[in-house]
Amino acid sequence: MSSVILEMRNITKTFPGVKALDNVNFSVQQGEIHALVGENGAGKSTLMKVLSGVYPHGTYTGDIYFQGEQCQFKDISQSEKMGIVIIHQELALIPFLSIAENIFLGNEQGRRGIVNWNQTISKTQGLMAKVGLHESPNTLITDLGVGKQQLVEIAKALSKEVKLLILDEPTASLNETDSEALLELLLQFKQQGMTSILISHKLNEVKKVADSITILRDGGTIETLDSQKDLVTEERIIRGMVGRDLTHRYPPRAAEVGDVIFEIKDWQVYHPIHSDRKVIDDVNMHVRQGEVVGIAGLMGSGRTELAMSVFGQAYGKQISGSVWKRGQKIDTSSVSKAIANGLAYATEDRKNFGLVLIQPIKNNITLANLEDVSGRGGVINKPREMVVAKEYRTSLSIKSSSILQETVNLSGGNQQKVVLSKWLFSNPDILILDEPTRGIDVGAKFEIYTIINRLAEEGKGIIVISSELPEILGICDRIYVMNEGRIVGEMPAKEASQEKIMACIMQQEEVAHS
Amino acid sequence: MTTGTTLARDNAPTNSLIALFRSNIRQYSMLIALIAIMAFFQITTDGTLMKPVNLTNLILQNSYIVIMAIGMLLVIVAGHIDLSVGSVAAFVGAVAAVLMVDYHVNFILVIVAGLILGGLIGAAQGYWVAYQRIPSFIATLAGMLVFRGLTLAMLQGQSVGPFPTGFQKLSSGFLPDFFGGETLHITSLIISVVVSLIIVYLDWNGRRNQVKYGFEVSPFALFVVKNILISAAIIYMTYLMSSYKGLPNVLVVLFILIVAYAFFTNQTVSGRRIYAMGGNSKAAALSGVNTKKLTFLTFVNMGMLAALGGLIIAARLNVATPKAGTGIELDVIAAAFIGGASATGGIGTVIGAVVGALVMGVMNNGMSIVGIGIDWQQAIKGLVLLLAVWFDVRSRMKS
Repeated sequence: MSSVILEMRNITKTFPGVKALDNVNFSVQQGEIHALVGENGAGKSTLMKVLSGVYPHGTYTGDIYFQGEQCQFKDISQSEKMGIVIIHQELALIPFLSIAENIFLGNEQGRRGIVNWNQTISKTQGLMAKVGLHESPNTLITDLGVGKQQLVEIAKALSKEVKLLILDEPTASLNETDSEALLELLLQFKQQGMTSILISHKLNEVKKVADSITILRDGGTIETLDSQKDLVTEERIIRGMVGRDLTHRYPPRAAEVGDVIFEIKDWQVYHPIHSDRKVIDDVNMHVRQGEVVGIAGLMGSGRTELAMSVFGQAYGKQISGSVWKRGQKIDTSSVSKAIANGLAYATEDRKNFGLVLIQPIKNNITLANLEDVSGRGGVINKPREMVVAKEYRTSLSIKSSSILQETVNLSGGNQQKVVLSKWLFSNPDILILDEPTRGIDVGAKFEIYTIINRLAEEGKGIIVISSELPEILGICDRIYVMNEGRIVGEMPAKEASQEKIMACIMQQEEVAHS
Repeated sequence: MTTGTTLARDNAPTNSLIALFRSNIRQYSMLIALIAIMAFFQITTDGTLMKPVNLTNLILQNSYIVIMAIGMLLVIVAGHIDLSVGSVAAFVGAVAAVLMVDYHVNFILVIVAGLILGGLIGAAQGYWVAYQRIPSFIATLAGMLVFRGLTLAMLQGQSVGPFPTGFQKLSSGFLPDFFGGETLHITSLIISVVVSLIIVYLDWNGRRNQVKYGFEVSPFALFVVKNILISAAIIYMTYLMSSYKGLPNVLVVLFILIVAYAFFTNQTVSGRRIYAMGGNSKAAALSGVNTKKLTFLTFVNMGMLAALGGLIIAARLNVATPKAGTGIELDVIAAAFIGGASATGGIGTVIGAVVGALVMGVMNNGMSIVGIGIDWQQAIKGLVLLLAVWFDVRSRMKS
């Protein structure tokens, strides 16, 4: 347990104008789970890209020793040959190929370019057993949930005789149950002697499984904590990450709740393809002015489907029910009508649904409300557009070189602020925020929460959908619990707890399965 | 048109000419390439390329490619492709020919009817793409076959012509000279000077507006040099053509279309939405953009411009033939890509597509004068397309 498997010494990596890594030292012991934490932009991903050869030898300075040998990887295939395998946050599976085909993609079993399917399938079954995935090897990836897809990725890594497994935010898109299972799996691998590096924003998970924790900040190593010796608490880690004590994870909220501003009545939605499947079943909910309402629930419980079906029927078929604003029934049958009636929906998937990544910040901010920066005949007033974009860049402190920077180059937290800016500029009365802090760091999360509070103070009604229960409990005034397309619980945040929320979900499950 | 390129990064620490040039190299690279190609052929053809009569011919020969390239640019920016434009042009030309020759319909009515027909054809194809979610490659491949077949049926395999002189003027006519210049076409020259002044004024006005809003602007010297170069180019080209027959009618049409569409794509809400849709249609739809309707209208527009192209081809040849416009869809698509449009949508400019079409046109013309056979011309043009896109992809990766 005491030999060093990986040592990275004095790693410095610069991009034009930015020093992404500055003299970073990082060493991992054989057989441990080593967590790598830090805010977005701290250099975690860059460090792992240097290690795996995405940035080839020569584009950085410093030395890498793996199992005592000095390594100078030119590309990923060389590092994989040595047994270093990285699983990226965005899964790299081919949706219309089977589990077996994906696992052995690039490493096909067979000879002279002819695939031996029997061997492929039998090896796949062995790997699937190791990760606890109970499916047919011929199942298509597209038919699996995110949790199971993650297991396929891990099985794929195992097939490469992995010695050092690197997981970049493996639980970011998993629900609590799947996350638990994944962490269990990591501990199991550790007992079998495998070494892993875990990059995560979820500090409770880090605390739970990591043997050592290395904290990066602004491209430098701050410290490495040993969970055996040091007293590791989440507060302790956060202090290292942000360089100060973040006494409150959530900004204080003094809610001034007014009249009911928004109501959904008898809402029913069917699945867009399987037209006999009811996705949303008789949902009734309301939001008051200045109130932050949370929707808790497991992944797949219908929260996003509810929000998107309300927002211009962007999801689902045979939608029935009514939407009310300040006691008036409103038409939300198309996205533009929903926006015109004061609704805004900030998606959980900002890269695919939220932003036009190839366009600059300014174009993204004004996209949902171009009318407001244009004059007669739909001619855009570009100077005014620039002024508007600059205002939001300042007021939401979007870190960027200018408002003309393409959004693809921004960090997750800043991308999320651009999405928020877009919806703030559309001047809504009701904002639906779907996983507003997914994949962004502690500091940026706090900023987002502050913005939410500010909006509530301005008298807007806010709905927050989140899979992170502490977040829901920390920022909301009232909580709805959803499961299998129904509202299964409602409680004021003061009386709520993680246990209570989970109990609502479980109770419902038992009823459904008895 | 110019605000996008001259707006300096609002945080740029230095604003040197070199830095400015570097940041804009992608926008100007094809223009520089066009000038280089023109210079090359000017030398290799012993000055024939820029002779007034050849310059005029060059414009007459390529006008319909430029017109269709504008429409194609919008289709490509929207994230689609239209393979049917050559067949649609031929079909509209055939219908127009039959109406004028067999039914003696007035040519102005025929032009209007042709444009409407083109719009309807675009609507039919746009319907399948936008509302039935047929990939545009397939829907317009079908259109390409259908309308080529219908052209043959309409003309019964024959060529139909000739046309009334009024219709021919669409392609082969020139602006009348109200001043009766002896050797020079005075009206054309006056127009070129007025246009230059307007361009300088608009650029100056845009610059003043930027200063008013407190944005950094490009150095004044650059502004002066740029405007002098553009004005000189316009007036010189017009001067050359004035010493032949003056400005062709079709060039006037072309100029109006270029200005209108450059304005549409740069300055209007609908234009902006097409770019957003091409960049990420799901995000655009969730921001309230009616992506289906916009896609549909993009194809209607393409159909109308293809029809205009078809009418000009017919007017130029003075006959409608079953083979008219065969293969020009590929020239039109190539023009848009050479001009910097992205095959995945969301990126491209009207001016770029026009420059791309001119690159192709000058090469065709220059190589013909030099005496290179049509076989090698094809091969060389293919390589130029590949090189241009390669250059574009590389410079995009660097930035």
